[in-house]
Amino acid sequence: MAVTRKDVEHIAQLAKLSLEENEVESLTDQMNDILGYVEKLNELDTENIEPLSHPVEGNNVFREDVPIKSIASSEALKNAPSASEEFFLVPKVINN
Amino acid sequence: MNSKYEVVIGLEVHAQLLTETKAFCGCSTKFGNPPNSNVCPVCLGQPGVLPVLNKKVIEYTMLMGFATNCKIKERSVFARKNYFYPDMPKGYQITQYEEPICEHGYIDIEFKDGSKKRLGITRIHIEEDAGKSIHDQAYETLVDVNRCGVPLMEIVSEPDMRSPEEAVLYLTKIKQFVQYLGICDGNMEEGSLRCDANISIRLKGETKLGTKTEIKNMNSFKNVEKALQYEIERQIDLIEDGVKIVQETLLWDADLNMSAPMRSKEEAHDYRYFPEPDLMPVIVSESWKAEAKKKMPELPDLRRERFITEFSLPKYDADILTQSKPVADYFEEVIKYTKEYKTASNWVMGDVLKTLNELKIDITEFSISAENLGKLINLIGNGTISGKIAKEVFPDMLEGNKDPEIVIKEKNLVQISDTSAIEKIIDEILKANEKEVNEYLEGKEKVFGFFVGKTMRETKGKANPKIVNDILRSKLDGLK
Repeated sequence: MAVTRKDVEHIAQLAKLSLEENEVESLTDQMNDILGYVEKLNELDTENIEPLSHPVEGNNVFREDVPIKSIASSEALKNAPSASEEFFLVPKVINN
Repeated sequence: MNSKYEVVIGLEVHAQLLTETKAFCGCSTKFGNPPNSNVCPVCLGQPGVLPVLNKKVIEYTMLMGFATNCKIKERSVFARKNYFYPDMPKGYQITQYEEPICEHGYIDIEFKDGSKKRLGITRIHIEEDAGKSIHDQAYETLVDVNRCGVPLMEIVSEPDMRSPEEAVLYLTKIKQFVQYLGICDGNMEEGSLRCDANISIRLKGETKLGTKTEIKNMNSFKNVEKALQYEIERQIDLIEDGVKIVQETLLWDADLNMSAPMRSKEEAHDYRYFPEPDLMPVIVSESWKAEAKKKMPELPDLRRERFITEFSLPKYDADILTQSKPVADYFEEVIKYTKEYKTASNWVMGDVLKTLNELKIDITEFSISAENLGKLINLIGNGTISGKIAKEVFPDMLEGNKDPEIVIKEKNLVQISDTSAIEKIIDEILKANEKEVNEYLEGKEKVFGFFVGKTMRETKGKANPKIVNDILRSKLDGLK
């Protein structure tokens, strides 16, 4: 199952990345290398083994439904590339 | 609808859970706080944070699972659904994908004629809500992430519905359940309950499903019905014209009464789900299930049955009274103060619900206490006032929950049950209306009502109607 240029372009688009021509090429190679390496695992017989969804053991890690103090909105907006006094500002999503 | 065709509808309902805090962090879920103030590094999607699941989210979803006859899975797992949208800072939504908490349930709907139908529920899973975008600015979209991470329960039905009516009945039932369970306030207009529909058309008798479309943005029961009807007609017209249905998402526009394809920048949905590594699987033990089951309140169907058997109410009354839990609660409060069950039912179904409608308020905001309404009903029952006078007292009680006894005293509305006083008035009326008396004696029964009306007017409505009737009848018939 080789990764094609088209796959890389698709993944880049989903990740909202714009790639240079030579980057598409090198990433295609790199991804194929990675998948080829991981492909080795398929040599193992996993017939009777439950799929593992988590790398660590454990379950039922819960929090009680008790509010904690939130941070100030000025703090929340501090790292935003663009913000008004109260809101995050982003380029227009929908044209009305 | 063209009778050659059959419509197939499945619904996806999102219910905002009434927890104090968000699904994966301790931020408040309170509605109406200033924008971007119910936030913390977790729900802001800052790097390096760790979400921790709110236990109540599991318990609430379990209750819905019980109510809808689902199998509660022993093990469920969270997943990441990856996509970019500005109202979701993390770049993925935490949801349940391959292993939801509830599966294989059903609910029974009941049609107006009393017949029933069972509708399957595929699954109920837990996920988080996104924030809110405000699009009305000229150059930018404003984003408020207060709602980000608020717990949602998504209830997915089987494609079992065959008409918009069935869809509305199903939705009504879901709303009733979440309200009875106290896990969601069920307000479609405000978005705490949201409904998307999958809909397709096929020839009757065909077993394969047609190409479906998805309709979103139907924010009231009326809109669900209208949008589905519109889509059925649109699809049938296309099929009749030999045009293929395109699988797409449509947005319902309640102002224009039509739907239009959603303009989406994402070309194909490719959510690349994978298990959420930050959250451990949830294991629901038998003992936890049993514990949760103890918290199940009486569900609407049972309550309705109880209203019929315990209070001897007609099915019609029990239906209306139990439709909403707060109304049923109010009724049960009222009858703590009076044993006149049917009269109490009439008042709650009639004047009370009418007033709520007029004032556009919820019964929890209703000014008359159950105790005072109970009192009013007793005053009718023991003959202090007539039912007609009670209708005059009621609006006065609305002003600050006034005691009906005080209203009656202040307005001097106590019913005249003194027979000699009423007799005197009737004698005068009969004397003054000889023509009508003769008509009655000639057999014109209708004139009787004229005398009753006269007497009531003379006594400003305060005469006990039963006594008036009795005296009039005996006096008039005595003249025969």
